[in-house]
Amino acid sequence: MKKIALNGAGLLVALFAAFPVYWMVATSLKPNKEIFAATPRPVPAEPTLEHYREILTGNLIPGVSFTDFFLNSALVAVATVVLSGLVALLAATAVARFRFKLRTTFLILLLVVQMIPLEALVIPLFLMIQRLGLYNTLPSLILTYLGFSLPFAVWMLRGFVAAVPKELEEAAAIDGASRAQTFRKVLFPLVAPGLVATSIFSFITAWNELIFALTFINDQHRYTLPVAMTFFFGRDDTAWGSVMAASTLFTLPVIVFFLLVQRRMVSGLVAGAVKG
Amino acid sequence: MTTLTEATGEAAARETPARRRRRVDRLPYLLLLPCLAIIAVLLLWPLGQVVMMSFYKLNSVRQLRGDREWPWVGLANYTQILGDPFFRTVLRNTVLFAVANVVLTMILGTLVGLLLNRLGRKMATFVASCVMLAWATPALTGTIVWKWIFDDTSGLATWLFNKLPDGLSTALFGRSDWTGYGWFNDPLLFFAILTLVVVWHSFPFIAVSVLAGLKSVPSELQEAARVDGAGPWRVFWSVTFPMLRPVFGILVVLSTIWDFKVFTQQFVLAGGTQDRSTFMLSIYSYAEAFSPPPKYGLGSAIAVILTLILLVVTGVYVRMVLRQEDES
Repeated sequence: MKKIALNGAGLLVALFAAFPVYWMVATSLKPNKEIFAATPRPVPAEPTLEHYREILTGNLIPGVSFTDFFLNSALVAVATVVLSGLVALLAATAVARFRFKLRTTFLILLLVVQMIPLEALVIPLFLMIQRLGLYNTLPSLILTYLGFSLPFAVWMLRGFVAAVPKELEEAAAIDGASRAQTFRKVLFPLVAPGLVATSIFSFITAWNELIFALTFINDQHRYTLPVAMTFFFGRDDTAWGSVMAASTLFTLPVIVFFLLVQRRMVSGLVAGAVKG
Repeated sequence: MTTLTEATGEAAARETPARRRRRVDRLPYLLLLPCLAIIAVLLLWPLGQVVMMSFYKLNSVRQLRGDREWPWVGLANYTQILGDPFFRTVLRNTVLFAVANVVLTMILGTLVGLLLNRLGRKMATFVASCVMLAWATPALTGTIVWKWIFDDTSGLATWLFNKLPDGLSTALFGRSDWTGYGWFNDPLLFFAILTLVVVWHSFPFIAVSVLAGLKSVPSELQEAARVDGAGPWRVFWSVTFPMLRPVFGILVVLSTIWDFKVFTQQFVLAGGTQDRSTFMLSIYSYAEAFSPPPKYGLGSAIAVILTLILLVVTGVYVRMVLRQEDES
């Protein structure tokens, strides 16, 4: 009896959590007459890829295609991931492997900057981007997202580095490996899964970001996907089939990445939360 | 620092790997350097800058580019904002929204976390995967889907409410026909839907963290309490909660910070920055600064106020984490 109640609650939670995602995909596969039918169909009766074809072959905004925006977003996200992963790994190694004078100060700094409301920084960063002559360029976004993703990336990686047994490095050192060799051949391979999990966070941060992309980019050809979708969405809010197809294509890479590392990510997050 | 003085020439002469390790003192600072530089330039400098900008009258991009001077206005931006009844409404909206969302997210997240811990393996995996789906969905597209669900003609919510028996619907809401009903026009309803969207997005993180917390503490204690006749409520408050207190503390603070500055969901649901009745601090600051005519100084003042509020919350957070660090 109790088991049934628990499982029932589980099903309800699953439904609440997954339904909107399902509804997005289902709508994107329905022909217009089903989308706007008086009675919504839970499953597409005549599934069609017409909305996907519309988006992928047509222009999302006059003169610019979905693929262009997709590539802009991908470029910005990948650059952010690579740069922040590199810098974060160095910093995480420093705090996880060494006891030095300013270590606690640095950790406090990391905590504090993570809490800065980034929405409050959009005005001064706009000023900085203007002065650097980066207005209307993708590097303006890469730079900004690097700053945003870094503190959490360090915080998260720190747990992963600390989880690698120090003895392994000591053994390598005794065998005559240099400090750099130890890092490269012992520590880094073992931290790689953590680096992947951390990268997912940086990727998602950059991939999903809207406000800064909205503010720093004025040229339609350089819009990232979120910005383009906001405009696409505002332009014609009855084209729900296309909106849902675009949303599905935008969401898909994120979900795939997320599921790939889901288990590692959970342990990474908890390493952050429990170990502080 | 003692390692430096210890490492005299004599010691260096019979250097072992272990000893060599103790001497590399500059290395951690070198490793930190790029990270510190980025944080300083991209987070700390703008933070100082936004405070400074809030004391100037900044109404054009040319001023930002440095082509025109910045007239100093002292606290004028703040007096203007704080004297504005609209700002007080926005502030109230923001605080109420954040509190409601934190409470709801924490309750739902914790319940789901506890549930996942009790479910059988297959069911737990299934439910957790669905919960992960909500978490993984970007704020942007998640909000767009909810907006579609609440579409005034073909939305699922509109259809569902139309399905309610007319009498019941009229008694509860004063209307039976929901077609064409503007779900987002009434600010209270707008905030309710925004809450639904934000909670949907954020409860998974709480659930998963609570679950992980539960898995990291020995379950013997809970079982012992249960054997001693404690009900589930009692077990939670007297055994589970105290063990998870540090995790809860951090989760509450993180949620507070996130919910105070919700932007994307608000922006998408409201369809931009036109609807002032649904403003909260972050979108208000943004709209003041970037909607023509630009008022960067005024927007900065609002941003500073938002930051100050979050700084207080952050202070609590940092103290909490440091206390944990001391204990371990």
